[in-house]
Amino acid sequence: MNITINVKDGVPIYRQIANQVRYMVASGILRPGEEISPVRALALELNVTPNTVVKAYDELESLGVIYKRRGAGTYISDSAVTLADQERLRIIGQRIDALLAEAHQLNFSQQELDQLIEERRTEMEKGDAST
Amino acid sequence: MNSNTNNLVVEIDRLERRFGKTHALSNINLKLERGGVYGLVGANGAGKTTLIKHILGLLRCQSGSVRVFGEDPVQQPQSVLSHIGYLSEERDIPDWMSIAEFCDYVHAFHPSWDESYAQELLQTFNLGRDKRLGELSRGMRAQVALIGAVAHKPDLLILDEPSSGLDAIVRKDILNAVVRTISEEGRTVLFSSHLLEEVERLSDHVIMIQDGNIVMDEPLEILGQSHHVSELRFVEIQTQLPALSEVLTVSGEGRSWHVIHCGSPDQLSDAVRSLRGELVSTRNASLEEIFIARVGRIDKAEAR
Repeated sequence: MNITINVKDGVPIYRQIANQVRYMVASGILRPGEEISPVRALALELNVTPNTVVKAYDELESLGVIYKRRGAGTYISDSAVTLADQERLRIIGQRIDALLAEAHQLNFSQQELDQLIEERRTEMEKGDAST
Repeated sequence: MNSNTNNLVVEIDRLERRFGKTHALSNINLKLERGGVYGLVGANGAGKTTLIKHILGLLRCQSGSVRVFGEDPVQQPQSVLSHIGYLSEERDIPDWMSIAEFCDYVHAFHPSWDESYAQELLQTFNLGRDKRLGELSRGMRAQVALIGAVAHKPDLLILDEPSSGLDAIVRKDILNAVVRTISEEGRTVLFSSHLLEEVERLSDHVIMIQDGNIVMDEPLEILGQSHHVSELRFVEIQTQLPALSEVLTVSGEGRSWHVIHCGSPDQLSDAVRSLRGELVSTRNASLEEIFIARVGRIDKAEAR
Protein backbone atom coordinates (compact mmCIF):
# COMPACT_ATOMS: atom_id res chain seq x y z
CA MET A 1 0.00 0.00 0.00
CA ASN A 2 1.23 3.42 -0.85
CA ILE A 3 1.01 5.27 2.44
CA THR A 4 2.98 8.38 3.35
CA ILE A 5 3.60 9.45 6.91
CA ASN A 6 4.12 13.08 7.81
CA VAL A 7 5.05 13.87 11.38
CA LYS A 8 5.18 17.64 10.98
CA ASP A 9 1.51 18.50 11.30
CA GLY A 10 0.64 16.71 14.52
CA VAL A 11 -1.87 14.20 13.13
CA PRO A 12 -1.30 10.93 15.01
CA ILE A 13 0.40 8.36 12.78
CA TYR A 14 -2.26 5.68 13.31
CA ARG A 15 -4.87 8.19 12.17
CA GLN A 16 -2.83 9.04 9.07
CA ILE A 17 -2.67 5.36 8.16
CA ALA A 18 -6.38 4.83 8.80
CA ASN A 19 -7.34 7.94 6.82
CA GLN A 20 -5.22 6.95 3.85
CA VAL A 21 -6.71 3.46 3.76
CA ARG A 22 -10.19 5.02 3.92
CA TYR A 23 -9.22 7.34 1.11
CA MET A 24 -7.97 4.45 -1.00
CA VAL A 25 -11.24 2.62 -0.43
CA ALA A 26 -13.31 5.72 -1.22
CA SER A 27 -11.40 6.32 -4.43
CA GLY A 28 -11.59 2.68 -5.52
CA ILE A 29 -7.84 1.97 -5.29
CA LEU A 30 -8.65 -0.72 -2.73
CA ARG A 31 -11.68 -2.91 -3.47
CA PRO A 32 -13.83 -5.16 -1.29
CA GLY A 33 -12.28 -8.54 -0.68
CA GLU A 34 -8.80 -7.28 -1.42
CA GLU A 35 -6.12 -8.19 1.10
CA ILE A 36 -4.14 -5.36 2.68
CA SER A 37 -0.57 -5.44 4.02
CA PRO A 38 -0.02 -7.46 7.19
CA VAL A 39 0.75 -5.38 10.28
CA ARG A 40 4.40 -6.31 10.45
CA ALA A 41 5.04 -5.71 6.75
CA LEU A 42 3.44 -2.28 6.84
CA ALA A 43 5.30 -1.36 10.04
CA LEU A 44 8.60 -2.27 8.41
CA GLU A 45 7.70 -0.45 5.22
CA LEU A 46 6.80 2.76 7.04
CA ASN A 47 9.34 2.37 9.85
CA VAL A 48 6.75 2.81 12.54
CA THR A 49 6.06 0.68 15.57
CA PRO A 50 3.73 -2.25 14.80
CA ASN A 51 1.50 -1.10 17.66
CA THR A 52 0.65 1.97 15.59
CA VAL A 53 -0.41 -0.15 12.62
CA VAL A 54 -2.43 -2.42 14.93
CA LYS A 55 -4.19 0.65 16.23
CA ALA A 56 -4.95 1.94 12.74
CA TYR A 57 -6.31 -1.46 11.71
CA ASP A 58 -8.39 -1.70 14.89
CA GLU A 59 -9.95 1.64 14.09
CA LEU A 60 -10.63 0.60 10.50
CA GLU A 61 -12.13 -2.65 11.70
CA SER A 62 -14.45 -0.94 14.18
CA LEU A 63 -15.57 1.34 11.34
CA GLY A 64 -16.32 -1.72 9.26
CA VAL A 65 -13.82 -0.83 6.53
CA ILE A 66 -11.72 -3.95 6.97
CA TYR A 67 -12.08 -7.33 8.61
CA LYS A 68 -9.55 -9.79 9.92
CA ARG A 69 -9.59 -13.48 9.19
CA ARG A 70 -7.97 -15.24 12.06
CA GLY A 71 -4.44 -16.12 11.02
CA ALA A 72 -5.22 -15.41 7.40
CA GLY A 73 -4.76 -11.73 6.87
CA THR A 74 -6.77 -8.53 6.73
CA TYR A 75 -9.22 -7.68 3.98
CA ILE A 76 -11.33 -4.81 2.74
CA SER A 77 -14.89 -5.63 3.79
CA ASP A 78 -17.90 -5.76 1.47
CA SER A 79 -19.69 -3.06 3.42
CA ALA A 80 -16.75 -0.79 2.63
CA VAL A 81 -18.58 0.16 -0.57
CA THR A 82 -21.45 1.85 1.23
CA LEU A 83 -18.95 3.31 3.65
CA ALA A 84 -16.99 4.61 0.71
CA ASP A 85 -19.92 6.87 -0.17
CA GLN A 86 -19.96 8.32 3.34
CA GLU A 87 -16.22 8.65 3.14
CA ARG A 88 -16.38 10.52 -0.15
CA LEU A 89 -18.81 12.93 1.44
CA ARG A 90 -16.64 13.31 4.51
CA ILE A 91 -13.49 14.04 2.50
CA ILE A 92 -15.13 16.58 0.23
CA GLY A 93 -16.96 18.07 3.22
CA GLN A 94 -13.64 18.73 4.93
CA ARG A 95 -12.30 20.45 1.83
CA ILE A 96 -15.40 22.58 1.55
CA ASP A 97 -15.15 23.57 5.22
CA ALA A 98 -11.54 24.61 4.71
CA LEU A 99 -12.49 26.60 1.62
CA LEU A 100 -15.34 28.34 3.43
CA ALA A 101 -13.09 29.22 6.37
CA GLU A 102 -10.44 30.61 4.05
CA ALA A 103 -13.02 32.59 2.08
CA HIS A 104 -14.36 34.04 5.31
CA GLN A 105 -10.86 35.06 6.39
CA LEU A 106 -10.28 36.75 3.05
CA ASN A 107 -13.67 38.51 3.20
CA PHE A 108 -15.38 36.92 0.23
CA SER A 109 -19.16 36.99 0.29
CA GLN A 110 -21.19 33.86 -0.40
CA GLN A 111 -22.25 35.20 -3.82
CA GLU A 112 -18.69 36.02 -4.79
CA LEU A 113 -17.59 32.55 -3.76
CA ASP A 114 -20.34 30.81 -5.73
CA GLN A 115 -19.47 32.89 -8.74
CA LEU A 116 -15.76 32.11 -8.41
CA ILE A 117 -16.40 28.37 -8.16
CA GLU A 118 -18.52 28.56 -11.30
CA GLU A 119 -15.78 30.49 -13.10
CA ARG A 120 -13.08 28.06 -12.08
CA ARG A 121 -15.16 25.12 -13.19
CA THR A 122 -15.73 26.66 -16.60
CA GLU A 123 -11.97 27.27 -16.86
CA MET A 124 -11.18 23.68 -15.96
CA GLU A 125 -13.70 22.24 -18.37
CA LYS A 126 -12.23 24.36 -21.12
CA GLY A 127 -8.79 23.01 -20.20
CA ASP A 128 -10.11 19.44 -20.38
CA ALA A 129 -11.69 20.02 -23.75
CA SER A 130 -8.50 21.37 -25.23
CA THR A 131 -6.41 18.35 -24.20
CA MET B 1 15.57 -16.53 34.36
CA ASN B 2 13.77 -14.77 37.13
CA SER B 3 10.14 -14.46 36.37
CA ASN B 4 8.77 -11.15 37.49
CA THR B 5 5.39 -11.31 39.00
CA ASN B 6 4.15 -8.19 37.28
CA ASN B 7 4.45 -6.82 33.81
CA LEU B 8 7.19 -4.34 34.65
CA VAL B 9 10.50 -4.72 32.87
CA VAL B 10 12.12 -1.71 34.51
CA GLU B 11 11.09 -0.16 37.79
CA ILE B 12 12.92 2.89 39.09
CA ASP B 13 11.98 4.32 42.42
CA ARG B 14 13.18 7.71 43.71
CA LEU B 15 16.54 7.47 41.99
CA GLU B 16 19.04 10.22 42.79
CA ARG B 17 22.43 10.81 41.24
CA ARG B 18 24.96 13.57 41.73
CA PHE B 19 28.30 14.04 40.06
CA GLY B 20 30.13 16.40 42.38
CA LYS B 21 27.92 19.45 42.59
CA THR B 22 25.86 18.53 39.56
CA HIS B 23 22.51 17.04 40.30
CA ALA B 24 22.41 14.69 37.32
CA LEU B 25 19.19 12.86 38.19
CA SER B 26 16.71 13.85 40.83
CA ASN B 27 13.81 11.86 42.15
CA ILE B 28 13.38 9.67 39.07
CA ASN B 29 10.35 7.40 39.18
CA LEU B 30 9.85 5.34 36.09
CA LYS B 31 8.13 2.15 35.06
CA LEU B 32 8.61 0.43 31.73
CA GLU B 33 6.02 -2.17 30.85
CA ARG B 34 6.62 -5.26 28.80
CA GLY B 35 5.97 -4.79 25.11
CA GLY B 36 6.18 -0.99 25.22
CA VAL B 37 8.36 1.20 23.07
CA TYR B 38 9.65 4.13 25.06
CA GLY B 39 11.25 7.18 23.51
CA LEU B 40 13.54 9.09 25.82
CA VAL B 41 13.96 12.70 24.80
CA GLY B 42 15.74 15.67 26.32
CA ALA B 43 18.38 18.25 25.52
CA ASN B 44 22.08 17.46 25.77
CA GLY B 45 23.19 16.85 29.30
CA ALA B 46 19.60 16.43 30.50
CA GLY B 47 20.46 13.04 31.99
CA LYS B 48 19.38 10.55 29.32
CA THR B 49 22.59 8.56 29.18
CA THR B 50 23.03 8.68 32.96
CA LEU B 51 19.57 7.20 33.34
CA ILE B 52 20.33 4.44 30.82
CA LYS B 53 23.57 3.63 32.62
CA HIS B 54 21.63 3.04 35.81
CA ILE B 55 19.34 0.61 34.04
CA LEU B 56 22.37 -1.26 32.70
CA GLY B 57 23.96 -1.37 36.13
CA LEU B 58 26.93 0.70 34.97
CA LEU B 59 26.16 3.24 37.67
CA ARG B 60 25.10 2.47 41.21
CA CYS B 61 22.14 4.36 42.65
CA GLN B 62 23.16 6.88 45.27
CA SER B 63 19.68 6.66 46.65
CA GLY B 64 16.48 5.05 45.51
CA SER B 65 16.36 1.79 43.63
CA VAL B 66 16.52 0.35 40.14
CA ARG B 67 15.02 -3.02 39.26
CA VAL B 68 15.34 -4.61 35.85
CA PHE B 69 13.42 -7.85 35.33
CA GLY B 70 12.89 -7.71 39.08
CA GLU B 71 16.59 -7.69 39.87
CA ASP B 72 19.20 -5.13 40.83
CA PRO B 73 21.41 -4.68 37.76
CA VAL B 74 24.41 -3.76 39.91
CA GLN B 75 24.07 -6.86 42.10
CA GLN B 76 23.05 -9.30 39.36
CA PRO B 77 24.75 -8.00 36.23
CA GLN B 78 25.05 -11.33 34.45
CA SER B 79 21.45 -12.27 34.88
CA VAL B 80 20.12 -8.83 34.00
CA LEU B 81 22.45 -8.13 31.09
CA SER B 82 21.71 -11.46 29.44
CA HIS B 83 18.20 -10.11 28.70
CA ILE B 84 19.37 -6.73 27.44
CA GLY B 85 20.61 -5.61 24.05
CA TYR B 86 22.43 -2.30 24.23
CA LEU B 87 23.62 0.04 21.53
CA SER B 88 25.64 2.85 23.03
CA GLU B 89 26.14 6.22 21.48
CA GLU B 90 29.88 5.63 21.31
CA ARG B 91 29.37 2.19 19.68
CA ASP B 92 32.22 0.98 21.86
CA ILE B 93 33.25 -2.14 20.03
CA PRO B 94 36.82 -3.50 19.98
CA ASP B 95 38.72 -2.24 16.93
CA TRP B 96 41.02 -5.24 16.64
CA MET B 97 38.27 -7.80 16.15
CA SER B 98 36.92 -8.86 12.80
CA ILE B 99 33.18 -8.70 12.26
CA ALA B 100 32.90 -12.49 12.54
CA GLU B 101 34.92 -12.49 15.77
CA PHE B 102 32.75 -9.77 17.21
CA CYS B 103 29.61 -11.76 16.47
CA ASP B 104 31.13 -14.89 18.07
CA TYR B 105 32.16 -12.80 21.05
CA VAL B 106 28.65 -11.44 21.67
CA HIS B 107 27.20 -14.88 20.94
CA ALA B 108 29.32 -16.35 23.76
CA PHE B 109 27.58 -14.10 26.29
CA HIS B 110 24.11 -14.72 24.92
CA PRO B 111 22.96 -18.30 24.44
CA SER B 112 19.85 -16.97 22.74
CA TRP B 113 21.94 -15.66 19.82
CA ASP B 114 20.14 -16.21 16.52
CA GLU B 115 22.87 -16.89 13.98
CA SER B 116 20.58 -16.84 10.97
CA TYR B 117 19.23 -13.43 11.97
CA ALA B 118 22.79 -12.16 12.41
CA GLN B 119 23.72 -13.51 8.97
CA GLU B 120 20.69 -11.93 7.44
CA LEU B 121 21.53 -8.52 8.93
CA LEU B 122 25.15 -8.80 7.81
CA GLN B 123 23.87 -9.42 4.31
CA THR B 124 21.33 -6.61 4.42
CA PHE B 125 24.05 -4.23 5.57
CA ASN B 126 26.46 -5.67 3.02
CA LEU B 127 29.15 -6.31 5.62
CA GLY B 128 31.97 -8.79 4.95
CA ARG B 129 32.77 -11.09 7.87
CA ASP B 130 36.55 -10.67 7.68
CA LYS B 131 36.78 -6.89 7.92
CA ARG B 132 38.38 -5.49 11.09
CA LEU B 133 36.08 -3.27 13.10
CA GLY B 134 38.81 -0.62 13.21
CA GLU B 135 38.68 -0.28 9.42
CA LEU B 136 34.98 0.36 9.22
CA SER B 137 33.24 3.65 8.53
CA ARG B 138 31.09 5.24 11.19
CA GLY B 139 27.90 3.95 9.63
CA MET B 140 29.25 0.40 9.32
CA ARG B 141 30.40 0.42 12.94
CA ALA B 142 26.91 1.40 13.98
CA GLN B 143 25.49 -1.45 11.93
CA VAL B 144 27.84 -4.00 13.50
CA ALA B 145 27.10 -2.68 16.98
CA LEU B 146 23.42 -2.93 16.19
CA ILE B 147 23.76 -6.58 15.17
CA GLY B 148 25.49 -7.19 18.50
CA ALA B 149 22.54 -5.55 20.25
CA VAL B 150 19.63 -7.24 18.47
CA ALA B 151 20.79 -10.66 17.18
CA HIS B 152 20.38 -12.36 20.55
CA LYS B 153 16.74 -11.31 20.56
CA PRO B 154 16.88 -9.41 23.83
CA ASP B 155 13.79 -8.98 25.99
CA LEU B 156 14.81 -5.36 26.52
CA LEU B 157 16.55 -3.39 23.80
CA ILE B 158 18.20 -0.14 24.85
CA LEU B 159 19.47 2.25 22.22
CA ASP B 160 21.27 5.42 23.16
CA GLU B 161 21.06 7.85 20.25
CA PRO B 162 20.98 5.00 17.71
CA SER B 163 21.11 7.25 14.70
CA SER B 164 23.25 10.16 15.78
CA GLY B 165 25.79 11.10 13.15
CA LEU B 166 24.52 8.61 10.58
CA ASP B 167 23.31 9.19 7.05
CA ALA B 168 19.70 8.65 6.11
CA ILE B 169 20.24 5.20 4.63
CA VAL B 170 22.03 3.70 7.62
CA ARG B 171 19.49 5.37 9.88
CA LYS B 172 16.68 3.68 8.00
CA ASP B 173 18.43 0.28 8.31
CA ILE B 174 18.77 0.79 12.02
CA LEU B 175 15.18 1.84 12.50
CA ASN B 176 14.07 -1.13 10.47
CA ALA B 177 15.98 -3.54 12.67
CA VAL B 178 14.42 -1.85 15.68
CA VAL B 179 10.93 -2.24 14.22
CA ARG B 180 11.67 -5.92 13.60
CA THR B 181 12.71 -6.35 17.20
CA ILE B 182 9.61 -4.57 18.42
CA SER B 183 7.29 -6.58 16.24
CA GLU B 184 8.21 -9.71 18.11
CA GLU B 185 5.68 -9.99 20.82
CA GLY B 186 6.66 -9.03 24.34
CA ARG B 187 9.90 -7.22 23.60
CA THR B 188 10.47 -3.88 25.23
CA VAL B 189 12.46 -1.04 23.73
CA LEU B 190 13.90 2.09 25.32
CA PHE B 191 15.65 4.47 22.99
CA SER B 192 16.91 7.97 23.37
CA SER B 193 17.04 10.28 20.39
CA HIS B 194 17.45 13.86 19.39
CA LEU B 195 15.42 13.17 16.31
CA LEU B 196 11.90 13.72 17.47
CA GLU B 197 10.51 12.53 14.18
CA GLU B 198 12.07 9.15 14.90
CA VAL B 199 10.61 9.09 18.37
CA GLU B 200 7.21 9.99 17.00
CA ARG B 201 7.34 7.17 14.48
CA LEU B 202 8.69 4.46 16.70
CA SER B 203 7.54 4.97 20.23
CA ASP B 204 4.19 4.59 21.86
CA HIS B 205 5.31 6.33 25.02
CA VAL B 206 7.43 9.44 25.49
CA ILE B 207 9.62 10.21 28.47
CA MET B 208 10.90 13.77 28.48
CA ILE B 209 13.79 14.62 30.73
CA GLN B 210 15.09 18.06 31.61
CA ASP B 211 17.90 18.95 34.02
CA GLY B 212 17.74 15.51 35.60
CA ASN B 213 13.98 15.55 36.13
CA ILE B 214 11.33 13.65 34.25
CA VAL B 215 9.03 16.42 33.09
CA MET B 216 6.73 14.26 31.03
CA ASP B 217 5.95 10.56 30.93
CA GLU B 218 2.92 9.86 28.79
CA PRO B 219 1.59 7.78 25.93
CA LEU B 220 2.39 9.57 22.69
CA GLU B 221 -1.25 9.60 21.78
CA ILE B 222 -2.34 11.46 24.89
CA LEU B 223 0.55 13.88 24.52
CA GLY B 224 -0.52 14.76 20.98
CA GLN B 225 -4.15 15.21 21.93
CA SER B 226 -3.44 17.38 24.94
CA HIS B 227 -1.31 19.93 23.08
CA HIS B 228 -2.55 22.12 20.25
CA VAL B 229 -1.17 24.70 17.89
CA SER B 230 -3.68 27.46 17.27
CA GLU B 231 -3.69 30.42 14.97
CA LEU B 232 -5.15 33.62 16.36
CA ARG B 233 -6.19 36.77 14.59
CA PHE B 234 -6.95 40.09 16.29
CA VAL B 235 -8.88 43.16 15.22
CA GLU B 236 -6.21 45.47 16.64
CA ILE B 237 -2.46 45.18 16.19
CA GLN B 238 -0.96 43.55 19.27
CA THR B 239 2.60 44.30 20.33
CA GLN B 240 2.54 41.36 22.65
CA LEU B 241 -0.06 38.94 23.86
CA PRO B 242 -1.19 39.04 27.49
CA ALA B 243 -0.50 35.90 29.50
CA LEU B 244 -3.15 33.33 28.66
CA SER B 245 -3.67 30.33 30.84
CA GLU B 246 -2.23 27.07 29.53
CA VAL B 247 -0.44 28.82 26.68
CA LEU B 248 3.14 27.57 26.51
CA THR B 249 4.65 29.55 23.67
CA VAL B 250 3.60 32.49 21.58
CA SER B 251 4.94 33.62 18.24
CA GLY B 252 3.81 36.16 15.72
CA GLU B 253 3.26 39.87 15.37
CA GLY B 254 0.64 42.44 14.47
CA ARG B 255 -2.76 40.83 14.08
CA SER B 256 -1.66 37.27 13.43
CA TRP B 257 -0.25 35.01 16.15
CA HIS B 258 0.47 31.32 16.72
CA VAL B 259 0.36 29.71 20.14
CA ILE B 260 1.13 26.26 21.46
CA HIS B 261 -1.19 25.46 24.33
CA CYS B 262 -2.15 22.50 26.45
CA GLY B 263 -5.72 23.47 27.29
CA SER B 264 -8.82 22.96 25.20
CA PRO B 265 -9.17 25.08 22.05
CA ASP B 266 -12.65 26.16 23.21
CA GLN B 267 -11.26 27.69 26.37
CA LEU B 268 -8.58 29.51 24.44
CA SER B 269 -11.15 30.70 21.94
CA ASP B 270 -13.20 32.28 24.75
CA ALA B 271 -10.13 33.98 26.20
CA VAL B 272 -9.11 35.34 22.80
CA ARG B 273 -12.58 36.65 22.04
CA SER B 274 -12.40 38.84 25.13
CA LEU B 275 -9.27 40.39 23.58
CA ARG B 276 -11.21 41.15 20.38
CA GLY B 277 -9.65 38.36 18.45
CA GLU B 278 -10.61 34.99 17.12
CA LEU B 279 -9.18 31.53 16.96
CA VAL B 280 -8.80 30.88 13.24
CA SER B 281 -7.57 27.33 13.23
CA THR B 282 -6.32 24.70 15.58
CA ARG B 283 -4.57 21.37 15.16
CA ASN B 284 -2.74 18.81 17.28
CA ALA B 285 0.86 19.70 18.07
CA SER B 286 3.69 17.53 16.78
CA LEU B 287 6.15 16.08 19.25
CA GLU B 288 8.78 18.54 18.10
CA GLU B 289 6.47 21.47 18.82
CA ILE B 290 5.62 20.07 22.25
CA PHE B 291 9.27 19.49 22.99
CA ILE B 292 10.28 23.02 22.06
CA ALA B 293 7.38 24.45 24.04
CA ARG B 294 8.21 22.38 27.12
CA VAL B 295 11.95 22.13 27.15
CA GLY B 296 13.00 25.09 25.04
CA ARG B 297 15.24 25.08 22.07
CA ILE B 298 16.52 21.88 20.56
CA ASP B 299 20.20 21.94 20.00
CA LYS B 300 20.01 21.89 16.22
CA ALA B 301 23.70 21.19 15.75
CA GLU B 302 23.34 18.05 17.82
CA ALA B 303 20.02 17.10 16.35
CA ARG B 304 21.58 16.57 12.98
